[in-house]
Amino acid sequence: MDTLFLARLQFALTSVFHFFFVPLTLGLSIFTAIMETAWVRTGKEKYRQLARFWGHLFLINFAVGVVTGIVMEFQFGMNWSEYARFVGDIFGVPLAIEALLAFFLESTFLGIWVFGWDRLPKALHATAIWLVALGSNLSALWILVANSFMQSPVGYHMAANGSRAEMTDFPALLFNPYVWKQFPHVVAGGLTTGGFLVIAVSAWHLMKGTRDQEAFSTSLKFGSIYAFIGTLLVTLAGHTQMQDLIRHQPMKVAAAEALWESENPASFSLFTVGNEKELRDEFAIRVPGMLSFLAYNSFNGEVKGIKALQQEYVTKYGPGNYIPSVITAYWSFRFMVGAGTLMLLAAAFALYKVIREDYSFSRLSGSLLFWSFLLPYIANSSGWILAEMGRQPWIVFGLLKTEQAVTPSSVVNAGELLLSIAVFAVVYGALTLVDVFLLKKYAAAGLHAAE
Amino acid sequence: MDLQTIWFILVTVLFIGFFVLEGFDFGVGILLPFMGSEDNDRRTVINTIGPFWDGNEVWLITAGGAMFAAFPEWYATLFSGFYPALLLMLVALIARGVAFEFRSKHDNRTWRSFWDWCIFAGSAILALLWGVALSNFIRGVPIDSSMQYAGGFIDLLNPYALSCGLASLFIFTLHGAVFLTLKTTGELHDRAMGLARKLWAPATILSMIFAGYTYVATDLFQRLGVNPGAIPIFSVLALLSVIVMLKKNASGWAFAMTAVAIAFSTITIFLGLYPRVLVSSLNPDWSLTIYNASSSPYTLGIMTTVALVFVPLVLIYQGWSYWIFRQRLARDSKLEY
Repeated sequence: MDTLFLARLQFALTSVFHFFFVPLTLGLSIFTAIMETAWVRTGKEKYRQLARFWGHLFLINFAVGVVTGIVMEFQFGMNWSEYARFVGDIFGVPLAIEALLAFFLESTFLGIWVFGWDRLPKALHATAIWLVALGSNLSALWILVANSFMQSPVGYHMAANGSRAEMTDFPALLFNPYVWKQFPHVVAGGLTTGGFLVIAVSAWHLMKGTRDQEAFSTSLKFGSIYAFIGTLLVTLAGHTQMQDLIRHQPMKVAAAEALWESENPASFSLFTVGNEKELRDEFAIRVPGMLSFLAYNSFNGEVKGIKALQQEYVTKYGPGNYIPSVITAYWSFRFMVGAGTLMLLAAAFALYKVIREDYSFSRLSGSLLFWSFLLPYIANSSGWILAEMGRQPWIVFGLLKTEQAVTPSSVVNAGELLLSIAVFAVVYGALTLVDVFLLKKYAAAGLHAAE
Repeated sequence: MDLQTIWFILVTVLFIGFFVLEGFDFGVGILLPFMGSEDNDRRTVINTIGPFWDGNEVWLITAGGAMFAAFPEWYATLFSGFYPALLLMLVALIARGVAFEFRSKHDNRTWRSFWDWCIFAGSAILALLWGVALSNFIRGVPIDSSMQYAGGFIDLLNPYALSCGLASLFIFTLHGAVFLTLKTTGELHDRAMGLARKLWAPATILSMIFAGYTYVATDLFQRLGVNPGAIPIFSVLALLSVIVMLKKNASGWAFAMTAVAIAFSTITIFLGLYPRVLVSSLNPDWSLTIYNASSSPYTLGIMTTVALVFVPLVLIYQGWSYWIFRQRLARDSKLEY
């Protein structure tokens, strides 16, 4: 079997799985820190209990995030050795800084926080969880500095012998405009993920009438504000990112919209069944002018189509197929935006209940809010699938193709890859079961279980 | 000193941090089944490393990141070439990492003994594999003229590397036992002290066998000379002195000595490597060195600045966390894990 295919399959498996856990870490660490700060400032016991409760769920989730993160770091060398040789000069730097700046901070202060409840003054203890939250979100920044180079390379030149890209301008790498579009989107996605978990668990307790009604009302209040702000931010950030993408990676946008021909004004697809072989629609419902509006805030403006871009790239980069999997890009975009829309509705509904101080939930409204915690997971995963699959055939846009990046099959053969895929599938499957079991147990048990 | 040498030293420092710190929590994990079968004993043992193990592991992640950034060819050849070994290492890291967090979260005997087993096996596999990996750097592995690994998994499991694996397994276990004597009281302390005293002899003998084998199997002593210099000698002396400290119940000193032994052995291996980073067993000219494997001077310069600012900062706050949790744990202490 083809090692390129297997290596991509493994990367998809391990990175999607890793990113199940990361956004919740980003969002829930800040939420826990807010609860503990409320305790330090008001002295009210319920805030301390809530900080411990959400902190417990954070920890169960964090452990899996950490161990799957190590796999990510190793994997660039294990499966993508030619990629590592080509971009190590640039890509390795943010990765090393991420460990040095963010991971040390996060893990050391998490240890201090977990074990320090009785050993540290209150304010110092609250500072520890803020440092954990800072570490988590700093790690997102640095890994996105690395990813942004793959999406939109800056601050480099090619080595004289053409063997690799070399960094020439570190500040350019850090202030890559792409970073500052992607980072707010990912962090807001994290807030949203955390916020929805808080809404879901709180609404469940309120619906079931468990013993911690007052604390979970408070929790729902903070959670719905948090999730609502998060969802608004993630939508706005996503919108600006899209406008940026049209300039940097028009092919990704065209694929996400199944836009075969250039259009001016360009239409937005509501539903398309396409034919990827012949690059045409079988069936499509499109809103005229809407894509131009999304792209340029105006109902006029050309958005280039897949066919025109393919020709453009052949002229620029030589013969080859520069069209990503349109069906993947198209549907991942729709899942992301669809989940985002539902999140706005769900967060608005929770906020409406909170503003009316109505904390009673029927079976229907409680269940709907409970299951809404899945929405951010759908959006997070499909967002990354779009970002990475929509960039194909490139691994580093315009510089290196994915097929050139994989470890040679003389070093890692298909058998070894099949073995590692099987191992990761089994281990990750088991981790999911255990993690869900524990999260469910602690979420349902309420405040006293975390004491 | 050139930037490549500075980064070779920094990578060595990161590995020392990893082996000295994570080394004792490997040891504690390995000793878990031998420190008592009651749940409270086991919880106390795990809690001695509770606040630290995750931060200790970041030394490995940072070392990996630093290799990637400073010596991309080393990172690429090593991680792709040692594929099955690293897969095993990853599974072990995953199993023991989540086990610490999950174990106490559910009160059921089968559940807890399953995670105990993960902690033990994960720690033991890692303690062994790191010795195997490091000794292969210096012994040499099949690397071809284009820097690609040309061997299989079996090439890594040679007798020399296995001798180093056994030595590192026992040294880390001893290091963990001595750490436990520092962090526990009463019966647990006595058990840890008994284990440490018993472990000293095999750990020392296996280390000496490995040292002797190094003389035969690698060019380390040809390079360093018959008198290898102060660092290897201090490493041996430190290890020999551990039993004296243990007999005097001077746990603090014994711990300092196992730490010195581990740190100085690591330095010895890296000294023997320098300026190579991965020796080719096929042709000495095909070895990876700090010059043919390194990043550009610009990148190394940026990384040097970052490291000089943040490594000391990390040392300060990690040191502070060890200070906060300096007390010994008794069986009736309040336990988080």
